[in-house]
Amino acid sequence: MNGVVTDGVPVPADSAISVVLPSVLQPLAGGQSILTAPAEEAVTVEWVLDTVTGDYPALSRRLRDETGTVRRYVNIYVNGNEIRLLQGLVTTVAPGQEVLIIQSVAGG
Amino acid sequence: MGGMATAESYVLAIGTKKGLWLATSPDRREWSLSGPHFLMSEVPSIGIDSRGGRTRILVGVRSEHWGPTVFHSDDLGGTWEEPENGAITFPDGTDAALERIWQIHPDAESRPGVVWAGCEPISVWKSTDGGEHFELNRGLWDHPHRSEWGAGYGGAAAHSIVVDPTGEKVHVAMSTGGVYRSLDGGASWEPRNRGISAYFMPDPNPEFGQCVHKIAADAAVDGRLYAQNHHGVYRSDDDAESWESIAEGLPADFGFVMLTHPRRAGTAWVIPLKADGERIPPDGKLAVHRTDDAGASWKRLDSGLPDPEYNAVLRDAACVDAAEPAGVYFGTRGGSVYASADEGEHFSEVASHLPDVLCVRAAAVSAALLPMQL
Repeated sequence: MNGVVTDGVPVPADSAISVVLPSVLQPLAGGQSILTAPAEEAVTVEWVLDTVTGDYPALSRRLRDETGTVRRYVNIYVNGNEIRLLQGLVTTVAPGQEVLIIQSVAGG
Repeated sequence: MGGMATAESYVLAIGTKKGLWLATSPDRREWSLSGPHFLMSEVPSIGIDSRGGRTRILVGVRSEHWGPTVFHSDDLGGTWEEPENGAITFPDGTDAALERIWQIHPDAESRPGVVWAGCEPISVWKSTDGGEHFELNRGLWDHPHRSEWGAGYGGAAAHSIVVDPTGEKVHVAMSTGGVYRSLDGGASWEPRNRGISAYFMPDPNPEFGQCVHKIAADAAVDGRLYAQNHHGVYRSDDDAESWESIAEGLPADFGFVMLTHPRRAGTAWVIPLKADGERIPPDGKLAVHRTDDAGASWKRLDSGLPDPEYNAVLRDAACVDAAEPAGVYFGTRGGSVYASADEGEHFSEVASHLPDVLCVRAAAVSAALLPMQL
């Protein structure tokens, strides 16, 4: 992965965690498809979400409810693994890794 | 259609299982439909706030994926705004999360800016800034009965909020829990269900626990309320201290809708369904029923309605406007919407083949606010 930009400052790829948003949520993040959280060491998914949605409260509400629970039909993947099958929001993410957010296949 | 807009027109907001449609009309007979807004999100609640020279449409929106929120539009759906931090969010310490906004109720003209909301989980909220931020009503949230309230088929929610002209007397109905009354503007609440049956409970006449589907206040008689219950249609003449059946003369006592006239005493509308176990219009014949004598008698109104029709009408999928004569509107779970400009005597179809209709609200608006389509 190439380097990313946070607040206009290039961040080396191995010093950041990328959060990839589905297109439907990108308007709530100022049109960005990828948000980045600077990280020098492994952190939790919860910390990553808190960090990248701090400036985007409407985006935050789409992902988690008031209790902090990930919404039922929101799936969050770390390196291709859904976090409910790992350690949930306390699943750790290392610098350079990617967090992928995808809405589940649901609805009638 | 093109041409000049008239001085006053009407807007009918239609919330469905998969989005919001807006219909406009110069005469409440011919309608132009636009939408969808919020496609693939359900819109179970709408409030049209025409106080203070501004028309604001508030909508409760819920995405299966992304959760519930409140949007508002001050230009009849041209643009929508969502308060950055959310209009309704459970405060820290409640350990609760908003599931669905069931009711958005702009208060009286004398209390501009005040908007009430009823939500799932069972909760009542009040805004003083036109619906941009709501505060949780702690009196009801902390009520000792809370743990005994239950969920109807659609979820556990406060779905009816009736505020008297003084603002001190507030009635709330919830499914299931029944009717609760506050005499201090919402600070404290007591159940008021005497006379309303809860046949599905071991004690069919409990203090609370009833599955009241909708309540509405008589516009001109202080202390008079009407209720459509989960079987049973009732009236109270004493601020819900006691209820008596007014179901005689109706083809069925089950249903979800209860509407009252905006000005005239004794006039209310229901849309009966056959029974709990058969939630269809009786005999597949859809009809609205109106009383003009507070429930002593009922008149069947089906002119312009389809026959047969097997879809139900949900509790907020019906409304009246404030015009003269009053308009009556409703939509079915089959996606058909009907309007009457003469209090239900004749209906015309506004829309068909929409997703399930969950909520309709109508109001007169300045035609200057409408897109140039009339």
